[in-house]
Amino acid sequence: MSAEHPEGWIPPDVMAGITQQFFEECEEHLALLESGFLRLEAGDHDPETVNSVFRAAHSIKGGAAMLGATALVGFSHRFESALAHFRTSKTFPSHDVLKVFLKATDQLADLVRATRAGKELTDEQLNAASRELAGLADTTGTDTSPVAHTEEPAFSPVRVEFEDFAPAEQPWTIDFRPHAELYAKANDPIVLLRELKRLGEMDTVLDTSAIPLLSDLNLEDAYLAWSITLHTARTESAVREVFEFVERDCDLHVRAGIAETAIPPAADPRPVPAPALRPGDASQDAPALRAALQQPSTLRVDLERLDRLINLVSELVISEAALAEYAPKDSAQNPNFGEALDDLSQLTRDIQESVMGIRAQPVKSVFQRLPRLVREIEKATGKTVRLTIEGEDTQVDRSVIEGLTDPLTHMVRNAIDHGIETYEQRQKANKPAQGSLRISAAHRAGRVVIEVADDGGGIDRDCVRAIAVKQNLISADAIVAGEDIDNLIFEPGFTTADKVTDLSGRGVGMDVVRRSVQALGGRISVSSRRGAGTTFALSLPLTLAVLDGMLVSVCGQSLVVPLAALLETVQFSCDNVHKVGPNASLLAIRGSHVPLIDLGATLGYKPQSQLSADGIALLVEDDAGRRVALAVDDILGQKQVVIKSLEINCHRIAGIAAATILGNGLVALILDVNAVMASQKIGLAQDERLMAHA
Amino acid sequence: MLEPKTILTVDDSRTMRDLLGNALREAGYSVVQAGDGQEALGALDSIKPDLIITDINMPRMGGFNFIDQVRRNPRHRATPILVLTTESAPELKERARKSGATGWIVKPFDPARLLDAIRKVGV
Repeated sequence: MSAEHPEGWIPPDVMAGITQQFFEECEEHLALLESGFLRLEAGDHDPETVNSVFRAAHSIKGGAAMLGATALVGFSHRFESALAHFRTSKTFPSHDVLKVFLKATDQLADLVRATRAGKELTDEQLNAASRELAGLADTTGTDTSPVAHTEEPAFSPVRVEFEDFAPAEQPWTIDFRPHAELYAKANDPIVLLRELKRLGEMDTVLDTSAIPLLSDLNLEDAYLAWSITLHTARTESAVREVFEFVERDCDLHVRAGIAETAIPPAADPRPVPAPALRPGDASQDAPALRAALQQPSTLRVDLERLDRLINLVSELVISEAALAEYAPKDSAQNPNFGEALDDLSQLTRDIQESVMGIRAQPVKSVFQRLPRLVREIEKATGKTVRLTIEGEDTQVDRSVIEGLTDPLTHMVRNAIDHGIETYEQRQKANKPAQGSLRISAAHRAGRVVIEVADDGGGIDRDCVRAIAVKQNLISADAIVAGEDIDNLIFEPGFTTADKVTDLSGRGVGMDVVRRSVQALGGRISVSSRRGAGTTFALSLPLTLAVLDGMLVSVCGQSLVVPLAALLETVQFSCDNVHKVGPNASLLAIRGSHVPLIDLGATLGYKPQSQLSADGIALLVEDDAGRRVALAVDDILGQKQVVIKSLEINCHRIAGIAAATILGNGLVALILDVNAVMASQKIGLAQDERLMAHA
Repeated sequence: MLEPKTILTVDDSRTMRDLLGNALREAGYSVVQAGDGQEALGALDSIKPDLIITDINMPRMGGFNFIDQVRRNPRHRATPILVLTTESAPELKERARKSGATGWIVKPFDPARLLDAIRKVGV
């Protein structure tokens, strides 16, 4: 404890941590509020659900009050009051009321986030919040008047000392006779007298006249009384405040002046028992054993520490690979070494998986924002949508989750705004009036697949084609058909410009979605049936820290080509390579042609393309399904590598996604297939087809 | 030197537990924390705190029920209990009194007021 600070003073850095914690907790409470209301909306009639939403609002208010966030206190108080009505009346809110509550939850969330960001809410925002609350009050008939501002703001350190101009001391006479209840609640007259003595000079007379003979003495009863003369400059209320906790459990008389007739000393003194007649303490018998608490215990860990741990584990994986590299090749010479190395490899892999597991989180944290989003889009579009969410417990690395919010938000907007038809259109098409949007997550083949499926009109291929031609994305006579047309919506610059709305027409197209998915090492695909709906599928890696790749050598450099992009390895010779013009070559594979690129030249290892007459190439595909063959010098084998960011340690290099450290300690660059292909200015699929037809 | 006095705090809000815990530890108390009444009863099997500070609205077992259980337990029934209450409304104080609480602390509180309340119940 520091000398210049009062007792119990919390240092600012600790306080900052607690504040941070409070906002994190608020997010949990908000999620609880939302899921609780949604359950009630779905017909859940468990009183505990009402209790839990009440507690959530109450907790936000309590914490906000402690931290002095007055705006938040006011709003959560109104929220709590409106809920209290249902809690005490044991009734359940109607659908209309629940809608209001859900909206108010959204506003509470905004308020929490604004408070967290240290922002003042604009008048407009506050007015909106107030209108919602007025709505709550009307529907519930509950008093939702703002919290009384008599409550002191938390932690106000200013204490004005009145000592200097204190009024003169004055005597008070206090008669105090505790009841048995005072003792039963663990209050203690001695403590109260000690408190009283803090106020000034005090004379105390103990009245023991009520103590019966020992045979009649009931240890649970109260027999003592005190008559006190107190000289203090403090007011009567200060004196009474000492007895605040016990005023109903005793006879108490406080009056100014010295008593004319103090309680006379007992004429016939009897044995005086110990004054603190506390019950209990007698029995020390072992308490009943209670069932151990089955709650899962969790620990909050700073993300930075976790990242450091992951980094260390990555180093461990590299060291382990190095050890394997330098292991004696002749295992017969030292069989124990080989065994120990195998054990180490196994352990390293286990540790790596466990650490990655720590970072894994259910996609729930992203999915739980979707109901609100859908409600807002419904409001903006006037469409009604039934949202189904599946697989929200699917675990994905945290970094993937963080990058998922934006593309998912955009896809949901698109699905409702462009995908699902208006009420009239749906009626004409004999579809249910309410549109359906299904969002699911599942693990598939070492990746996580997230699908956004609507039951709307599907992609109008004629329309998409026309737009693509108008926007010069394809030529008017390009041979593009079927699903290739659907994929045009991912092209940069593609926008259904004639349908610009508040929601989707923000100049952000599906190409941005695709880019952010690619940034996560993922792919996006679309399948659509006219009149039946559209499904977007995101396929994402489980983690961004490890990558399966093919190690190749180019001009004496080691390069890693991500396996996800690799289709096959091919031998080429003058038999299947066709020169097209002075610099370009095409490789014939099973009747179709793909461009053959000299990877060494593309990356600048050699001045210009010099493809040898025969060699090895990797057939790769970018996220848009375009294919090229990359000529390399040698294929060294398949490897799982730990991704090290180049941008953090160096800077961004075109064509290179990241780097890794190999077992032999050498750095290998990880190829960015999409960027390499972009740098080759390889056009759309139809260009490739045209070339193939050449 | 005397053993530090032990205070059991019962609150479902981590923010509140942290605020209480920090303030009490800074003031030299040893602090044991529980997230609800049930957990607190479990803790009381193994410790004998000098004071209990409890919230009212908690999942599983709320504050009033918890106080009732403590007052029925011969080992702990003489332990002072302070109730954390948000409203300073008289009816809530009355409920706290009836439940067998020794006293109450009105939220929001600053450390000085917290320690005042603790001193008033003799801990």
